Amino acid sequence: MNRLGIDVGGTNTDATLVADGRVLYAIKVPTTEDVTSGIVAAMRAVLAQAAISVDAVMIGTTHFVNAVVQRRSLAPVAAMRIGLPATAALPPFTDWPDDLAAPVAGGCWLVQGGHDYDGRRFMPLDVAAVRAAAREMRARGLTQAAVTAMFSPLTQEDEAAVAAILRDEVPGISVTCSHLLGGIGLLERENAAVLNAAIIPLARETIGGFERAMQETGIAAPLYITQNDGTVAAASQAALFPVFSFASGPTNSMRGAAYLSRWQNAVVVDVGGTTTDFGHLQAGFPRQANTSVRVGGVRTLFRMPDVLSIGLGGGSLVDPETIAIGPHSVGYRLTEQALVFGGDRLTMTDVAVAAGLADIGERARVRHLSRDLVDAALARAAAMIEDHVDRMKTDAGDVVLIAVGGGAFLVPDHLAGVRDVVRLEHGGCANAVGAAIAQVSGEVDQVFQGLSRDAALSQARSIAERRAVEAGASADSLSIVEAEDIPIAYLPGDAIRVRVKVVGDIA
Amino acid sequence: MRQLSADDIEALAVGAWILGAGGGGSPYHGLLNMRRLYREGTRISLMQPDELDDRDDVAVVSMMGAPLVILERLVDARLIARAVEAMQEHLGRRFRAVMAIEIGGGNGIQPLMAAAHLGIPVVDADAMGRAYPEAQMTSFAVANLAPAPLTSVDPRGTEAVITRAASWKWMERASRKLCTEFGSIAATCKAPRTGAEVKRWGIPGTTSQAIRLGQAVQSAHRRHDDPIAAILRTENGKRVFTGKVTAVERRTTEGFLRGRTTIQGLGADRDAAIDIEFQNEWLVVWRDGAPVASTPELICAIDNDTGEAIGTEMVRYGQRVTVIALPSPPIFLTPAGLAYVGPRAFGYNFDFRSVFDA
Repeated sequence: MNRLGIDVGGTNTDATLVADGRVLYAIKVPTTEDVTSGIVAAMRAVLAQAAISVDAVMIGTTHFVNAVVQRRSLAPVAAMRIGLPATAALPPFTDWPDDLAAPVAGGCWLVQGGHDYDGRRFMPLDVAAVRAAAREMRARGLTQAAVTAMFSPLTQEDEAAVAAILRDEVPGISVTCSHLLGGIGLLERENAAVLNAAIIPLARETIGGFERAMQETGIAAPLYITQNDGTVAAASQAALFPVFSFASGPTNSMRGAAYLSRWQNAVVVDVGGTTTDFGHLQAGFPRQANTSVRVGGVRTLFRMPDVLSIGLGGGSLVDPETIAIGPHSVGYRLTEQALVFGGDRLTMTDVAVAAGLADIGERARVRHLSRDLVDAALARAAAMIEDHVDRMKTDAGDVVLIAVGGGAFLVPDHLAGVRDVVRLEHGGCANAVGAAIAQVSGEVDQVFQGLSRDAALSQARSIAERRAVEAGASADSLSIVEAEDIPIAYLPGDAIRVRVKVVGDIA
Repeated sequence: MRQLSADDIEALAVGAWILGAGGGGSPYHGLLNMRRLYREGTRISLMQPDELDDRDDVAVVSMMGAPLVILERLVDARLIARAVEAMQEHLGRRFRAVMAIEIGGGNGIQPLMAAAHLGIPVVDADAMGRAYPEAQMTSFAVANLAPAPLTSVDPRGTEAVITRAASWKWMERASRKLCTEFGSIAATCKAPRTGAEVKRWGIPGTTSQAIRLGQAVQSAHRRHDDPIAAILRTENGKRVFTGKVTAVERRTTEGFLRGRTTIQGLGADRDAAIDIEFQNEWLVVWRDGAPVASTPELICAIDNDTGEAIGTEMVRYGQRVTVIALPSPPIFLTPAGLAYVGPRAFGYNFDFRSVFDA
C-alpha cells in the first residue's frame, strides 16, 4: 500500500510517500497561486524518486479557510431557519462582519417549526412557507442554501424535510443541513452551515484541480481530502463539507507527529515560518476544542482541534533593541529578506543560525550579531514556547513534547514541565505524513426504538463499521473513536439516539 | 433619568458578565438584541430609584431556565416584554418602569429589552447585586416582601399567572415546574414592587455599576493598561490571589453546576495555592484549609491576559487568572441577609467573615 500525502500550506506544499508504513520520501516545494501547479510539482518530485505506483492520494489544504479569512471566491447563500415563533429577533448573519456578510448573505428565510431539547416538537413545520421561500430562492438564482432548525443536532426531521423540498423546487441547488456540521448552539451552527455553503463552489473547483493534477502526473488512484479530526473523506464527499477541512493543517501535523514518534499522548509544537501551533495528542488524535471558534470573524461551532497559535516562527522579525519577537514575519520572503540570505531584516532564523542551531543561508552574514542579543532572543522564544506548552496541558504532570515544522530548531532541549523533547527525522514534513496516514471513518447517528441500550449500541456499531468498510477501510483495523447515546423521553418505545464513529486504516 | 448610549450597553454586557461572579449565563444574545434595537432607533432611559413615586408599580424581570436551551431558542426582546404585559393585564394597571432581579450575567440586560418594547424606563437597581443560583436569593426575599404574583410566558402563546405562593421557596418550585413544561425556558415577570419597596429594599445603582465596570475594562484595553487594576480601582475591590489553574472538578447535581478549582500561585503568590468552590457562581476561596473569601461578597476570576471574567463552566487547566473580591450589597451582610446567601445557606459550616476586614 503506497500512499502519497500532500499538505498545501500558505508557504510550502509538502509531499511524502508512505509505503507499507514507512516514510520513503519527503519533499517541500513552494505553494503556487493556483495551488494546482504546486501540487503537480510536488507529485512529480516524489514520483521522480522512484518508479513506484501510488495506491491512494491524500491532500490536506488550508485553501478553504483562507477563502473565508480573505473574503474571496465566496458564493451567496440562502439562509433558511426553522424555529418561528422563537429566534426571530436574531436572524441569520447577526454579528457577522459586514465585509463577509456582503458577499455571502443571499437572503434570509425564517419559517415555523423545530424541536425542543427532549425531542418534542416545538411547532409544526410550515411546509407552505418553505415552498414559497424555495420559489423566491429560485427566482433570485441562488444555488447554495443552508438549513438550520431548532435543536436539529437532536432531531434532524425538519432539516431533512426542508432540504428535500428545496431540492425539489430549486433545480441544481446544493443544500447544507446544519445538523451534519455542529452541535447545540443555533447561531454558531447556522454560521458554520452558511460558511460551508458559501465555499462549496470553491471546494468543487479546488478538488477538481487536484484531480486534474493527478491526471497530469498520471496517478490513477482514489483521492481523499483530510479532515479536521484526522480522518479522510472521499473527494466527492469532502467537496460537500469543506468546513471539515478548515483545520486539517494543524491536525495533519499532529497526526504525523504521533505517527513518526510513536507517541500517542503528547503535546505537539509545530514551528512554521510565521506562526507556531500548539496542540495536544490524546490516543493519537488531536484533542477537540469544546468552545466556539471564530472563523473569519464569525462565531462557529463544529469539531475542530484545540490549537493555540502564536506569532513565532523562523521568519518572525526580531527587534534588536527590545528583543521583541513577531508577530510580523517575512513569511515566504525569508530567502530574500533574512540576513543569512543577504537581506536586511533580522529574523529568528538569523538568530538560530548565529547560535549554531540551524544551518541555513550564509552563517558569515550573521557573525556580527552579539552573543547577548542571540541569547536573549532565544531565551524569549523558549519562554513563549514553555508558556504555551503549559497552557495546552490538562493536568500538572510533565509531558512529552514533539517538535515539528521547519522552525523546530527554535525549540530548546530542556523546558520546564516537559519530560522529553522529541525531534523527528521527517519532522519538517509531519503534516504531509499526517495526511498520508489519515484513516477512513464510518459514522452513524440515528434514533433506535424498541431495543435495549446495548442492542441499539451494537446495531449502531455494525452500521458504522459497514460504512467505514464501504468508504475504503480494512475491516480488521476498525476501532470506535466516539460513542454516545441519548435517551429521548418523549418518543414511545424506549427511543434512544445513538451516535457512533469508527475509524480504520485504508484497505 | 438619563438616556443610555449604544456604548453604555456594550459596557453593560461586559460589566454584567463580571458581576455574574462566575455564573449568570452569557449576556451575548441580549447584547445582540439591544444592538439591533438601537440600530432601529430605540433608546432606553435609566432612572434612579429615588425618582420613583412611592406608589409607582415596577416590573421585575428575568429569564428562567437552562443555558443550553437558550442556545437554541435564542433570546427575543419581545418575549420578556410580553411577560410584563401579561402582568399588566393581570393587575389591570400599567408599570412605571422595569428592573432586573439579577444584574449579574444575561439577566442584567433583560429589563432593557422589556423597556425597549414597552417604552418605559429601566430602574437603576436589582435585587441581587450579582448573580445567585436560586431565585429566592434576593433582597426582596430577605425583606420578606410578597413572592406573588408571577407571570411566565412561552413564545408559542401559552402564558401563566401564579396568583399566590405560600413562600418564596414555593414560588420557586411552582414557577420551575412551568418553566420545565415550556421547554426549560420561560420569560418571567416576578412579583411587582412598589416605588417605596424598590427604594427601601432594592440594591441601588447596579446597572450604572455594571456600565462603569465595563467601561473601566474597555478603556484599560484601549490604553493597554491592566484591566484587573481598573476593576479593583472602580469597585473598591481586593486582589485575593494570582496564579494558574492546576485542577478543575465539576459535577451537575440537582440542576446546579458544582465543583472546585485549584489555583497555584504565580509572582507574589508563588509557593501558595488556593481552592475555589462553586455552585453555578464562585462561592468560597480556601487557603491552607481556611476560608479567605466567601459569598455574599463577589468572587470573580479574571483572565490575566484578556481581562475577561471566567465562568465556572469555562474554567480550565492552565489559565492564568487573578481572583478578586468585590464588596457585597450591605443588605446581604445583615443576619437576615446571611441566612439567605451567607456560607451556611450553601451548606458550609463557618460564619461569614469579610475579606475586606483581613
